[in-house]
Amino acid sequence: MKAKQRWVWSVLGVVVLCGWAVGLVQPKGVHAGKEPYKVGAVFAITGTASFLGEPEKKTAEMIRDEINSQGGINGHPLELIIYDDESDATKSALAVKKLIKTDQVPVIIGPTQSDASLAVVPIVEEAQVPLISCAASYKIVEPVAERRWVFKVAGSDKHVVGKMYDYMKAKGISKIGIMTASTGFGASGREELLRLAPEYGITVLADERYGPKDTDLTAQLTKMREAKVEAIVNWSVGPTQVLAVKGWRDLRMENIPLYQSHGFGSRKNLELAGNAAEGVLLPLARVNVGPLLPDTHPQKKVIMAYTEAYEKKYNEPVSSFGGHAWDALHLAVAALKAVGPDPAKIRDFLENTQGFVGQHGIFNFSPQDHNGLSKDDLEMVVVKNGDWALAPW
Amino acid sequence: MGDFFYGAAWLQYALGGITIGAIYALVAIGYNIIYNVTEIINFAQGEFVMLGGLFGVFYHQTCGLPLAPAVFSAVLTVGVVGLFLERYVIRRARHATVLSMIIVTIAFSILLKGGAMLAWGKDPHRLPAFSGTGAFLWHGVAVQPQALWVLGISALVVGILTVFFRKSFYGKAMLACADNPNAARLVGIPVRTMVMLSFVLSATVGAVAGAAICPITLMEYDRGALLGLKGFGAAVLGGLGQFSGALVAGLLLGLSESFCAGYLSSGYKDAVALVLLMLALFFKPEGLFGSKEAAGLKRF
Repeated sequence: MKAKQRWVWSVLGVVVLCGWAVGLVQPKGVHAGKEPYKVGAVFAITGTASFLGEPEKKTAEMIRDEINSQGGINGHPLELIIYDDESDATKSALAVKKLIKTDQVPVIIGPTQSDASLAVVPIVEEAQVPLISCAASYKIVEPVAERRWVFKVAGSDKHVVGKMYDYMKAKGISKIGIMTASTGFGASGREELLRLAPEYGITVLADERYGPKDTDLTAQLTKMREAKVEAIVNWSVGPTQVLAVKGWRDLRMENIPLYQSHGFGSRKNLELAGNAAEGVLLPLARVNVGPLLPDTHPQKKVIMAYTEAYEKKYNEPVSSFGGHAWDALHLAVAALKAVGPDPAKIRDFLENTQGFVGQHGIFNFSPQDHNGLSKDDLEMVVVKNGDWALAPW
Repeated sequence: MGDFFYGAAWLQYALGGITIGAIYALVAIGYNIIYNVTEIINFAQGEFVMLGGLFGVFYHQTCGLPLAPAVFSAVLTVGVVGLFLERYVIRRARHATVLSMIIVTIAFSILLKGGAMLAWGKDPHRLPAFSGTGAFLWHGVAVQPQALWVLGISALVVGILTVFFRKSFYGKAMLACADNPNAARLVGIPVRTMVMLSFVLSATVGAVAGAAICPITLMEYDRGALLGLKGFGAAVLGGLGQFSGALVAGLLLGLSESFCAGYLSSGYKDAVALVLLMLALFFKPEGLFGSKEAAGLKRF
């Protein structure tokens, strides 16, 4: 009898506590009465791509709280419905269906990864709900004729390669060797490096691939040296890009500049590579190098505001990926503010957005371009004294 | 002639191949120790290597121990993990067939990998080199001092183990357990202790390899599977249970990978190990150094 009573009391206690907690976290400063504007989000918060999805989720939640504490969107509170796809394209598709059918959101941001984004394209096209993807592959928004409802905020590989080749041309480099990992990321980079080379008058003398878990890259680097290349491009993520830097330094190949993909743009890589990374060049989105930008730069203010707020709230450095979520959610919010929660109007608004100042660049969308970025939205960065610095042109 | 040697690409390929080959050999030796005593193929061997590196990082960076004691503690800790695997997992399943036990080791390896991911995260980690920093030039070829450490440690481990199993009382007792556990028990050999010893020894060797390569290759939670696979290839190629065979096969594997990457295409590098393994299984299933009669007696 006594045990049963205790049970009842503890259950009651938990219920009361939960109610109190919900009451506490309810957004303040929003006029009660106006119905909330919903935005759906699908991120890879757990699983293999969690290092991408987690900062995206944190950024989105931070922005929601900011907007709601400032009175919401035209007085309507912002309701963010976030689902975790566990880095799995199938679960992404399910989450998007749920957002459309059950939650009936007028606009969706995410998914985090390219394969997941490609998997959900047919779903949003059929349901006619605009989607702003945070993934990189250009196939997500091309051909535009079949992707009327899909936008993306991450730059494409062709922008990164274009920026790199521009810099090489300025430095008088025309013969290069490329090393790419045999992953989706590496293969896509390799394709663009080879495709764009003739356009910039660059010859690829050596084209080497390696596995994402390889432990030694000195053979590939030696081959580059034998081929007498004037610069080396390494395109991978994870430990292999640090191995490439270490091998390059150990083989005394400093006279052949080493370019890395934008995948190298994490401070963790600088820590792991230590002194060996001095002089490594890479194109990076401006969100990673906010403090280095001149004060007159139009993006400086938004990037610094985001960087400071994020670092204060979560006590970790900002990443490109969180920047994607910032761009996607702020675009969605701008659309909701202008045209209200109507999917078709939001789509038209997004397609005609010009000069939107975001973390990854100044977006200029058009009916022919659902990405809105160009290679000029990247900065060439060099590793100097263990930190990023803008590369001298 | 001088030009043939000086700064030649082939010399650089060979050096890279020998270094990575020595690592494969150490992994292969880990397989062999347990196989020699129990006929179990321990598929958690690659994870022992991974743990060796990551515990080294833990003791050196998190606990702030100097490098030598940190590596020593890491090796001991992984030895304890090996002990745990035998005492609480394998021994409880002792009535199962050899094949079931092999599957148990696969489960254990997944457990270790998941645990390492939770404990160390997904980023790679690095230990400082054991001596000196940066490479030096020798005959125009860049040599990492750490590569010499890896080679030296591999040679030492092979030497000690060969003597241990051939000459020492305990080593012979361990071998006897593999040949016929019942007969071994009849002549008074504590079979269980010997099996436990083999797991501890094998985990220790794996951890030594992990700590030694961490400065060169970095280490992260999911590195174990590929190293384990390559090491298994070397173990089979050299003849399961043969220590010198494992060393030669490991070096052969490393060299052929490196030359393939250098002269053919690096895209085919990983296929080399598997092709060599298949060729061995087709034409000389007992391995380069194994004897046919001995192979016929084995259960697995």
